[in-house]
Amino acid sequence: MKNIFAVAGIVIKELYRRKDFYVLFIVTVLICLVMASVNIFNDAKIVRYLKEICLLLIWVCSLVIAVTTTARQIPAERENRTLLPLLAKPLTRPQLIFGKFLGCWLACGLALLCFYVFFGALSATREHQWPLLDYFQAATLHWFMLGIVVAMVLLGSLVFAAPSSNNTICFVVIGGILFVGRHLDQVALTLHEPFRTVVYSLYFAIPHLELFDVRDLVIHNWPLIPWLYFSLALLYALGYMAVFLVGTCLVFRRKAVN
Amino acid sequence: MSAILKTQKLRVEFRSREMRQATKVALNGLDLEVQAGEVFGFLGPNGAGKTTTMNVLLGFVQPTSGEASLFGIDVRQPIARQRIGYLPEMTYYYKFLTAEELLRFYAKIFGLACGEADARIDRLLKLVELEHVRKCPIKSYSKGMQQRVGLAQALINNPDLLILDEPTSGLDPLGRMKVREIIQRLKDEGKTVFFSSHELGEVETVCDRVAIIYEGELKAVGNVQDITGRHASLEKSFLEIIGFQTPTTP
Repeated sequence: MKNIFAVAGIVIKELYRRKDFYVLFIVTVLICLVMASVNIFNDAKIVRYLKEICLLLIWVCSLVIAVTTTARQIPAERENRTLLPLLAKPLTRPQLIFGKFLGCWLACGLALLCFYVFFGALSATREHQWPLLDYFQAATLHWFMLGIVVAMVLLGSLVFAAPSSNNTICFVVIGGILFVGRHLDQVALTLHEPFRTVVYSLYFAIPHLELFDVRDLVIHNWPLIPWLYFSLALLYALGYMAVFLVGTCLVFRRKAVN
Repeated sequence: MSAILKTQKLRVEFRSREMRQATKVALNGLDLEVQAGEVFGFLGPNGAGKTTTMNVLLGFVQPTSGEASLFGIDVRQPIARQRIGYLPEMTYYYKFLTAEELLRFYAKIFGLACGEADARIDRLLKLVELEHVRKCPIKSYSKGMQQRVGLAQALINNPDLLILDEPTSGLDPLGRMKVREIIQRLKDEGKTVFFSSHELGEVETVCDRVAIIYEGELKAVGNVQDITGRHASLEKSFLEIIGFQTPTTP
């Protein structure tokens, strides 16, 4: 485990020493503060629009951070040849993959924490309340969704040679899953065989990232998600993370590093 | 003396898309033995198979046939790499880290305790003369300094065998001299050094034995004096061994 944590530590250090996160955070803060300064109908309690925009920005920024941070990990190690001294040490390839995954996931978690603390503070200035459990559920589900994204992008970084192509393909796939994924079963019903089976299989095979989008819970102050369903969603995410990570390890197992 | 690096009938074949799936034999029946405590120079022109040999020894490339071992352990087992240090050719270490952080990271992978790691980092930064920039990010280092950081990371586990892939490539004369001095110091400490180089003068100075490889085959192995033989320099012997005809002056 110490090797995995050592590799993860380097990834986290990279995140907070690069400018990407700070730029995205500052842009989000500025946009939200400008929006917050607008007073609609002279009623300071109208905050739904503000919460909606802020959470949308957090979702977009977190996906950008997750995809771009993960996509460059292995290709950068290969390009800079740091993979060679690393694997020349008693570090196995699966340990490297798990370390990279853990580092990216934890880094996304830290970034998410900053975003959600800002979001909480911003909405508290208007609503004068802290629905902490709502925030906890939304942020945790969001973080686990990013775990699936990180594992998927890590696999993509071994399959697609260039990080830029991996970035683009992953953004398209994630966007597709988030916007179209939930409708695939209905699309399948309108098709003839064998396309129906293909689309149905796709519907059941893809990770349904939209399940983790519980922004409405926080925006409209809805009651909490039952903890059983919440735990099942986390297990669902862990399952997909495991599948993608095993796939990554299998691809990386015999890949030439030089 | 015992052999701590050994290859037997090592053969590596590559099939690449760029070459329309044609098979290229990178190594052909390579037999090599490096004894404990010696500095061994591994010579050959570009594409001869030097880096491939090192890649097999480090477990990066699977041999098509034959065997390779370090300290008697098959190179495919990660434990074989516990007692080695490796400096690859032209590596650009993590730019966002300082030399001290980089060494601490590698020390963690070897499972060194904090106190031991700190002491070793201090000693190595002193050895490679980077003590004054230990807190500076690596991106601010010159090429020679980066190469010396590389040497320090290769030594972090106090290895018994050091594998260096063209350690002086691209360095200025001063940088080359410093790297040569470090190799000499390691030799004095009784370390085994296995390194490839194109700088034959430097090989003549620091090596006990050399091997010459050409087109994946071992052409000569022995003491520097034996290889040099009747020629004035190792360079002339090297050219003769690989079959290069030096133009005669009119």
